[in-house]
Amino acid sequence: MKNSTIKVDYLARVEGEGSLYVKIKNNKVVDAKFGIFEPPRFFEAFLRGRKFTEAPDITARICGICPMAYQTSAVLAMENICGVKVEGQLRELRRLIYCGEWIESHILHVYMLHAPDFLGYQDAIQIAKDHPELVKNALRLKKIGNEIISVVGGREIHPINVKVGGFYKVPSKKQLLGLVEELKWALDASIETVKFMAKLNFPDLEQDYEYVSLRHPDEYPIFDGRLVSNKGLDIAVDEYDKYFAEEHVKHSNALQGVMKERNNYFVGPLARYNLCFDKLSTSAKQVARAVKLDKGTNNPFKSIIVRSIESVYAVEESLRIIKNYEMPEKPSIEVVPRAGIGYGCSEAPRGICVHRYKIDDNGNILDAKIVPPTSQNQKTIESDLRQLVSRNIRLSDAKLTWLCEQAVRNYDPCISCATHFLKLNIERE
Amino acid sequence: MPKKIKPKLAVWKFASCDGCQLSLLDCEDELLAVAGEIEIANFPEASRQVLKGPYEISLVEGSITTPHDAERIHKIRKMSKVLITIGACATAGGIQALRNFTDVKNYIPLVYASPQFIHTLNKSTPIGDHVPVDFELRGCPINKMHLVEVISAYLTGRKPNIFPHSVCVECKLRGTVCVMVNGGQNCMGPVTHSGCNALCPSYNRPCYGCFGPKESPNTRSLANQFKKLGQSELDIMRGFRTYNAYAEPFRKESEAHEK
Repeated sequence: MKNSTIKVDYLARVEGEGSLYVKIKNNKVVDAKFGIFEPPRFFEAFLRGRKFTEAPDITARICGICPMAYQTSAVLAMENICGVKVEGQLRELRRLIYCGEWIESHILHVYMLHAPDFLGYQDAIQIAKDHPELVKNALRLKKIGNEIISVVGGREIHPINVKVGGFYKVPSKKQLLGLVEELKWALDASIETVKFMAKLNFPDLEQDYEYVSLRHPDEYPIFDGRLVSNKGLDIAVDEYDKYFAEEHVKHSNALQGVMKERNNYFVGPLARYNLCFDKLSTSAKQVARAVKLDKGTNNPFKSIIVRSIESVYAVEESLRIIKNYEMPEKPSIEVVPRAGIGYGCSEAPRGICVHRYKIDDNGNILDAKIVPPTSQNQKTIESDLRQLVSRNIRLSDAKLTWLCEQAVRNYDPCISCATHFLKLNIERE
Repeated sequence: MPKKIKPKLAVWKFASCDGCQLSLLDCEDELLAVAGEIEIANFPEASRQVLKGPYEISLVEGSITTPHDAERIHKIRKMSKVLITIGACATAGGIQALRNFTDVKNYIPLVYASPQFIHTLNKSTPIGDHVPVDFELRGCPINKMHLVEVISAYLTGRKPNIFPHSVCVECKLRGTVCVMVNGGQNCMGPVTHSGCNALCPSYNRPCYGCFGPKESPNTRSLANQFKKLGQSELDIMRGFRTYNAYAEPFRKESEAHEK
């Protein structure tokens, strides 16, 4: 009989500070924790008393990997409160810059953070020693994502051009056309990425997950639409608090998301893909069929393929937006503050990022609530760890630890975000 | 030929958003060249591999906010020949230093249901308040080309070419029309450290000070100008109290406008 503890005190190749702990007693997993020791930063507290127009810049600082998610959810929430809807080309530009973030973040994760697990390397730099072209192409792909963010947003980390009501300055058609040639290369390169990743070996793991994502009638979800699940959830974003809650547990500086009366759920690429496959672009669907993933998948290890397919989508969507772009006359529409409560939700690369604010008539923030994707996935991650260790109990501790780390990275956890959030220790007794 | 022994680089994280260390991975054109010159010995965001110190260069991101981190930074200093702090969190305490203007006990229950689980210090402080720092690289986030410059400079034993003048100088250099004089906008550029290439004004937006105070800034004069432009005391206080709120010149100015 096996008794053991598997511990990883400082989980590598994730954004932020997390740990793993699994305890095995008589060949049974008795405890599995994804801990978050990233220190708390108290965004929701110090947003009180700030001006509503400051929320996109301040909340961007929650995460250097996905600032667009925070900026977008924040501006949507403020516009929701003030009764304003940003449409037309300004909305398209928001979608474009968000596609840039999907490309940059997905490619970073697929090649640099996750692929080393499948290929048996410590990191992408080591992969580059054996396969230099693979890593060079990955960096070139990632760069085009960052360039979209820079052209529209000013810079790739904490862009400065996003505001409540639109932008400070909109790019010219010519500036956007400057991205096209590289995006065309990226379309082919991202399709090749899907084919390469689909050939990896995938450990077995499937559970009866409840996937949650936005769903929009006309487009693959980035922002706007209703929150839906594969188990019957179908609500407006501003009903979020009626159906979802956050719990505070001792081993985590992140609050864990749960669905009221239903427990844990799953957000991110796999959720979007399984719920909204029909809305993907032509090339994304084609390559999904080519790698036989067009019926969806419940194996979280295959999220690496799904992230690659979403990258194809983001590249193709960027090309579409640029092709149809006409420079708007005004960079933003006026937003006059009025007292109220509003919600904003967007699909961060890792899943839904929900903001709720209450402001007064002068536009001062009275209350803020921010629910990042990783905190919503925490419970599902822990449940995956239990399953995975139970199925692979005969493996050595070293192999089991590797597998557990790989499983956590399926979720591309962003711990800086979730702290308000993770640490693997495997213990066998 | 004997194999060249490459200097070891370590990257450390404290309270932060990860954006500044991500800048290293965002050097898509330079990353493999950098990795050719140095051994990336400890960089958990990018690699599982950890090589033991001592390290030639340590890059430190984030501010000190927990008792454990206040200890950890001393160990890192001991292992590092050169210690470079990167970003507003590490050089000034970051946006999370907004807690320094209140009692953090007021904050915890606003975010967490079970405050007894949370270990945190009352203040978020820069690395330089705890250990000697060899070079402070400013910005929220840092400019990634500065990062390459600073690493190159230390590897070759020269001073980094990074200047402490204001954003105004950068606007003049790139020929951006002044958003304050011409546009009447409340721009932090005159008191803010250069490094972003005057990005916001080039997007017709006033600078919001994310690179922190320049060398000897005249914050009072700028605050008076803001008043003339119709800003309230509250607006002025908020303007100085952002990503570098705890950097001394900005802190003092914001306190002067607090009711």
